Amino acid sequence: MLQAYLDIHAQALFSSLGRLARAPVTSLMTVSVLSIAISLAAGFYLLVANIQQLTGGLEDSNQISLFLKDQVTDDAGVKLAEKIKTFVHVQDAKVITKNQGLAEFREYSGFGDALKALDKNPLPTVIQVMPEHSLEEGPQLDELFKNLTDLQEVDFAQLDMQWVKRLYSIMELADRGVTLLSFILALAVLFITGNTIRLELHNRRDEVIIAKLVGATNRFIQRPFLYTGFWLGFSSGILAWIAVTVMLFILQQPIDRLSGLYDGVFSMRYLSFGEMMSLVAISSLLGVAAAWAVLCYQLRLTKPE
Amino acid sequence: MRNSLSTPYLPKINRIMLKFDHVSKRYPDAGDALLDVTFHLQRGEFAFLTGHSGAGKSTLLKLIAVMERCSRGQVLLDGQNLNTASDRQIPYIRRKLGLIFQDYKLLQDRTVFDNVALPLVVAGYSHFDIGRRVRAALDKVGLLGKEKKLPQTLSGGEQQRVGIARAVINKPPLILADEPTGNLDPELSSEIMKLFEDFQQVGVTVLIATHDIALVERMGHRVLQLDHGRLVAS
Repeated sequence: MLQAYLDIHAQALFSSLGRLARAPVTSLMTVSVLSIAISLAAGFYLLVANIQQLTGGLEDSNQISLFLKDQVTDDAGVKLAEKIKTFVHVQDAKVITKNQGLAEFREYSGFGDALKALDKNPLPTVIQVMPEHSLEEGPQLDELFKNLTDLQEVDFAQLDMQWVKRLYSIMELADRGVTLLSFILALAVLFITGNTIRLELHNRRDEVIIAKLVGATNRFIQRPFLYTGFWLGFSSGILAWIAVTVMLFILQQPIDRLSGLYDGVFSMRYLSFGEMMSLVAISSLLGVAAAWAVLCYQLRLTKPE
Repeated sequence: MRNSLSTPYLPKINRIMLKFDHVSKRYPDAGDALLDVTFHLQRGEFAFLTGHSGAGKSTLLKLIAVMERCSRGQVLLDGQNLNTASDRQIPYIRRKLGLIFQDYKLLQDRTVFDNVALPLVVAGYSHFDIGRRVRAALDKVGLLGKEKKLPQTLSGGEQQRVGIARAVINKPPLILADEPTGNLDPELSSEIMKLFEDFQQVGVTVLIATHDIALVERMGHRVLQLDHGRLVAS
């Protein structure tokens, strides 16, 4: 009995595949449309994932930079830093002396040669203040910021967190945008697959009716169509993965070149094996779900008379 | 080979195979198709259902196959009340019936073998059983050796015999035929009728709707005659 059950499933699995293969142009067009929708979603997902990777290192920069007045010496700066460390809600304070600042600037800005033209170091002493992590935002942080700004030695203070926060908000927005877009594209996949199954059901109406007349259960009739939905989703998932990978491959070279100009801070991220598997699994599931929904509705209408 | 076809599947012994009890069927737009029809068929009986076209023959058969439900009265098949059968039960009710149609209702893109095997595939039989039983059924209707042909390459009489093989493949206790010889010449019709009599011989109940009065008279079986939805002779 189990053998017969497996036979039926294997038969439905391969006969539905055979049926798709017998109409290659139609099947290919449907699968192409589906895979375009899926690869759009996957592509945007990767875009955001890559940008997130790029900005991931910025998490630690929740800090306040205090630019000290020009006449304040490095020694005075170190003393001030020690004092600031005793403030409430301050985790750490680090001095960047004028010379350190110059060295860093020379290294990272690419304007090193231009600096040689200056007769004296134009950079101020900087104290980087790290507030406690719990102090992400709110009145306490504002108060700390104000206290630091009011210090006599401080020329001006800058809350680095603000732009990081803005960036993260933008990333969050993009993340949600991609989720939303994926949802809409998933709906498109559902509708396209559903419509394909509906047409298929319509074309095989006689067969369905005859099967019903000789005692086929709805479950038996549904099976090959569910497998058709599975095959459509499965092959579109695979095709979408190939499309996204090829696109990234094409982008690889210019991105590497760009990254090289920025000291190689960025390496492109492809879909991981797990992500690829979920992509294929989700699209297969969408195919089956669409077929199931259409069948539930249509089979009730397809009566032998 | 013949033996494997000859005993019908009998889950429980019910002397009355089919019972119509004051059955009426009214269509919302076409009015009464059947009016107060009462009769029963014993197990192993052979009966013709006659009447002019539109007399209600097809409606009566559709009620038995649960393609329609009656408006009043009740239809009992092998003791089961078809009025109260749920949609889920319908496939299993239909497996007790061998349905034969005037237009054969064969799948044109499938081989003779696949067509005949369909009721067994649907019921979940194993490959081995299916092959054995399909060949036995095709042997019975004289089409052994044509398993791989497509229906449209066969003559009308042969196609109808494919339909009959399909109808009897899972040994139903009741065969219902709707104008089975409607598209066939008299000689082929007699051959087909002879087949039905063979099935009756082994205990199958047979009900054949036809308007071929000459054929009915020649064969001398019980006749249920419908006239404008009423049973006028049984």
